[in-house]
Amino acid sequence: MLVTERKPDEEILASVQGDASVFLVGCNGCHSACERGGAEDLPALAALLEGAGKAITGSTTVDFLCDKSLVRSRLRAFTRQILRADSVIVATCGVGIQCVADSVLKRVRPGCNTINLGGNHGTWGATERCAECGDCLLDKTGGICPITNCSKSMVNGPCGGTTSDGKCEVDRQRDCGWYRIYMRLKDLDALDQLKEVVGPKKHGNYLPSYDVMTGEHWATDAPVPAAAAAAGKEGDDE
Amino acid sequence: MSNLSEALARGEFLVTGEIGPPKGTNIEKCLEDAEHLRGKVTAINVTDIQSAVMRFGGLATCHMLVERDLEPVFQMVCRDRNRLALQSDLLSAHVLGIENVLCLTGDHNILGDHPDSKPVFDLEAVGLLQCVQTLMEGRDMAGNELDGAPPFFPGAVVAPGSEPVEMQIIRMEKKIAAGAKFFQTQAVYDVDQFADFMGRVEGFGVPVLCGLVLLKSVGMARFMNANVSGVNVPDRLIARLKADKEKTKSGEAAIEIAVETIEGVKDLCQGVHIMPLGWDHLVPDIIDRAGLA
Repeated sequence: MLVTERKPDEEILASVQGDASVFLVGCNGCHSACERGGAEDLPALAALLEGAGKAITGSTTVDFLCDKSLVRSRLRAFTRQILRADSVIVATCGVGIQCVADSVLKRVRPGCNTINLGGNHGTWGATERCAECGDCLLDKTGGICPITNCSKSMVNGPCGGTTSDGKCEVDRQRDCGWYRIYMRLKDLDALDQLKEVVGPKKHGNYLPSYDVMTGEHWATDAPVPAAAAAAGKEGDDE
Repeated sequence: MSNLSEALARGEFLVTGEIGPPKGTNIEKCLEDAEHLRGKVTAINVTDIQSAVMRFGGLATCHMLVERDLEPVFQMVCRDRNRLALQSDLLSAHVLGIENVLCLTGDHNILGDHPDSKPVFDLEAVGLLQCVQTLMEGRDMAGNELDGAPPFFPGAVVAPGSEPVEMQIIRMEKKIAAGAKFFQTQAVYDVDQFADFMGRVEGFGVPVLCGLVLLKSVGMARFMNANVSGVNVPDRLIARLKADKEKTKSGEAAIEIAVETIEGVKDLCQGVHIMPLGWDHLVPDIIDRAGLA
């Protein structure tokens, strides 16, 4: 279970500043259980964007955005709408955003910050990792997380430790995260993005509030509504 | 203002040197290394827990240089201190007479002698440069006002031999935007490649000191080629080190190669940064023979 929350409206609008049209993707997995980003949350996101003059070329939800094969098979049906959009906003956890980014050659922008991991992830079986940092930077890095893909979690580009074959000097089997980010942004013709000085990172967000860790964001932990509890006492549901 | 900033502003071709604090408390050899550089270099870098191998501290070493009337470049890495400690040490550095600060991200803990230590990397080089800038403007990173602001001459590093070089250049631009006033480079052996690099960055208008690491042995050259990203010792230099073992052992080969490199880069950049790795006694000879005395 990855707990997420919607990024502030201003941050989402700032990320799509240069885009005329957007495609929206939501997740019905744990993200939906946090009451964020599932099918019911996308209309609000669409309204926000339309209010700012953006065209929505389409939207869809996938049961588990962390399952890349599922993501790819489901998104295929929306190929034309996705191609028409300038960018794709994904309202889910860092893993789901990266799975979508790895599946479409478009700027993929996070609609949420991932703030806490509580319990099992979905059916995610690929290489994408999310550090639940609560300060998602995927918009600036071509949908590849620098926190989990760079051994030093650098936010402004690579250190001098990139090997000539694009690996990391700390572990030569591992790709240099910033080499991948560089190649992705190059493919997207968006290398200018790399020139923006990012951070310093809000490490305070790593510590989720007690509020977030209890009750309200967790379907499984949510208090039983009073009416249902009362009904249970009376044995009406037998 | 520091001698380094003034000499760079005058457009002089200058030399900086480097010393590494010891593993332990016997600081004498390290200070002796610095004495070899007296009158020969504009400033002396003091490494900060170099290669993530635990050592004596750079702040104390820099202060000892200041006391001896030698100008230090205080190297700071982001691996071991969070932004609280970095800012605090910067304030201390100013009061201890340190003016030049070289901002680096730092080698990863895994590559050093305490691989199980916790990597900090709260900031990285770009963030540290911004942090220095903020303190200079009289505020801390949280926006609080300082009772006394430290003036610094901040610098940064770049690896001209790292591929794809565009990735390094974009980051170099960010470091400049974040306040870097000079650059020292990773070790250069390939003058043509360095010339290409300088051709792409000279428009930035920030002085670059070309890095030179003295070649101590064939083994060291091979080790760097295999393990140090962005460093490429060409085969012809390795063949030279192999051909005359006596010359290599005595350091004569290292001197000759360094002098040739200086001659090659002299018209391309604003100076050289010599990293002797303990062979500091050879530096005066290199400077004399390169005609920089």
